[in-house]
Amino acid sequence: MSASTASTTPAAPPSPPAAKPRISPVHIDKTYPMWFYVPGGLVFLILFIVPTVLSFYYAFTRWTLFDATFVGFDNFVTFFSEPGLIGSLVNTLIYAFVTSGSKVVLGMALAVVLVQHIWARGYLRSLTFFPVLVSAVGVGLTFQVLLNPTDGLVNAALGAVGIDGPRWLVDPDIALLTVAAIDVWKGIGLATLIYIAGLVAIPQEYYEAARVDGASAWDIFRTIMLPLSFPATSTVIILSLIGGLRSFDLIWTTTQGGPGFASDVIASVIYKQYQAGFYGLSTAGNVVLFIVVTAIIYPLSRWLNSKEVVL
Amino acid sequence: MTKMRPIGYIVGIIGIAVTAVVFILPFAFILLTAMKPKQEANLLQFSWPTEIQLWQNIVDVVQARDFMLIIAFINSTILTVASVTLMVIFGAMIAYVLQRRKSWINPWINGLVLAGLIIPPAVVPTIWVMQTLGIFKTLPGLILIEVAFGLSFTVLMMRAFISTIPKEIDEAAIVDGAGPMRLFFQVILPLLRGVIVTVVVVQSVFVFNDFQNPLYFLPGDKNATVQLTLFNFQSQFNTSYNLLFTNILLITIPPLIMYIFFQRQIVAGMTSGAVKG
Repeated sequence: MSASTASTTPAAPPSPPAAKPRISPVHIDKTYPMWFYVPGGLVFLILFIVPTVLSFYYAFTRWTLFDATFVGFDNFVTFFSEPGLIGSLVNTLIYAFVTSGSKVVLGMALAVVLVQHIWARGYLRSLTFFPVLVSAVGVGLTFQVLLNPTDGLVNAALGAVGIDGPRWLVDPDIALLTVAAIDVWKGIGLATLIYIAGLVAIPQEYYEAARVDGASAWDIFRTIMLPLSFPATSTVIILSLIGGLRSFDLIWTTTQGGPGFASDVIASVIYKQYQAGFYGLSTAGNVVLFIVVTAIIYPLSRWLNSKEVVL
Repeated sequence: MTKMRPIGYIVGIIGIAVTAVVFILPFAFILLTAMKPKQEANLLQFSWPTEIQLWQNIVDVVQARDFMLIIAFINSTILTVASVTLMVIFGAMIAYVLQRRKSWINPWINGLVLAGLIIPPAVVPTIWVMQTLGIFKTLPGLILIEVAFGLSFTVLMMRAFISTIPKEIDEAAIVDGAGPMRLFFQVILPLLRGVIVTVVVVQSVFVFNDFQNPLYFLPGDKNATVQLTLFNFQSQFNTSYNLLFTNILLITIPPLIMYIFFQRQIVAGMTSGAVKG
């Protein structure tokens, strides 16, 4: 996520490149016409930026799509005073940090194993990645059946060894964490893959030098793999946090936010309020989600980037 | 290449055993349940079917609700092909000028690209905009939505790739008298083949598997996409898990085929940024 290619150019009108002025400004305009931005830019502006900007107005209204009455902060007061709605904010944060943390730890661990010379390595890499490509709906419905409290395969297996399995998705206390676990099952392959790419990019010389110095496997992990795969760590953290904070598909297909409001997240509240016809409140949910996502991701990615430079 | 040590075999075998339980078992369960007759499937057990009727289940699922699954497959195919095509062309045009031409607008466009990656779309205002334009609940509307939401990732990937293409190629084409359209479509676009394959594969899987956007922007049984048929089936076949799982099986096949043929490109696309950050 490097957005700084152009930050060094002066904010003046289009100027020819200083070093090798081979193409004149007229030619630049002909070769790289500005209107190339227009087709994609129009779609993006009209269907993404305009609605995002509008949401900051409609979140303060009672809205029927045809007319909107300005109600000030009413929607936000409702959002932050109803237990079911404020709970969704807490759940969103729990869900995002639990899934992201688990993916970092498990993805790193799996990748460290899968870069060694082990038997069936290619097969194991392919298999752990495949769930990433299965739709969230398919995964959600399958696990709903597998985790059925009485007849499901998981509790049947636990029962066979004498463990009384929990009620998983229908237990209000652990429903959210169960969905988070399914999310980790589905997404771990991507985290692992990113870590593998990061680990194989570490030059072999480091390992050789460490071995000459008599470093143990743990020393190699702690002093070489862990610090030098930091770009992979920051990618996994950012990607999985963005995904976790916005997560909707998996939660909706497994619990629909239930039981009660136990696993409701902001994205599912937005959908429920939309279905119920509370468009203003739904949009307020969107604004809350916008603020939560940017307030976490923006400073975090800047901080992670600054760490990378130090390294 | 060093010779594999015994520990390599042991870890490999442990890995196979663990993944068999964690990853193979759920997929085997889908397949087994899809082969079973209704009563047997509803026991939710992990067992070999007493009577294999996979084909009969497939026929039942396909015929259900006036061939809804067929219509959904057609809808999903049109959606995926059209949106990914537009994403690639629009994305390449933006990435090309963004990478080649330094101007005051670049920081703004870079900012918008990042915003597109991070910000969750505002649902109801988007519906309002679409309704105003008359494209709400239409397939073209949903196609444009997928383009808008997928453009950022496409631009990001393509810009990185275009930076590896020498500028001299542009200059040579211009000297030879090519206009910007010919230069882009006949010279640059073919050179982008590698990254285009990656973008196409990754975005196709994403659009094909998308559930949230069709749910919001293309509701209604008539317009169902494949992911929504699954959701509709859940209540209709509340007690026939064999058909539900047959359906899951059928809609998982296209991504599976993509994965088998394009594994390398998928891996390349999904890990971009992991190395350089």
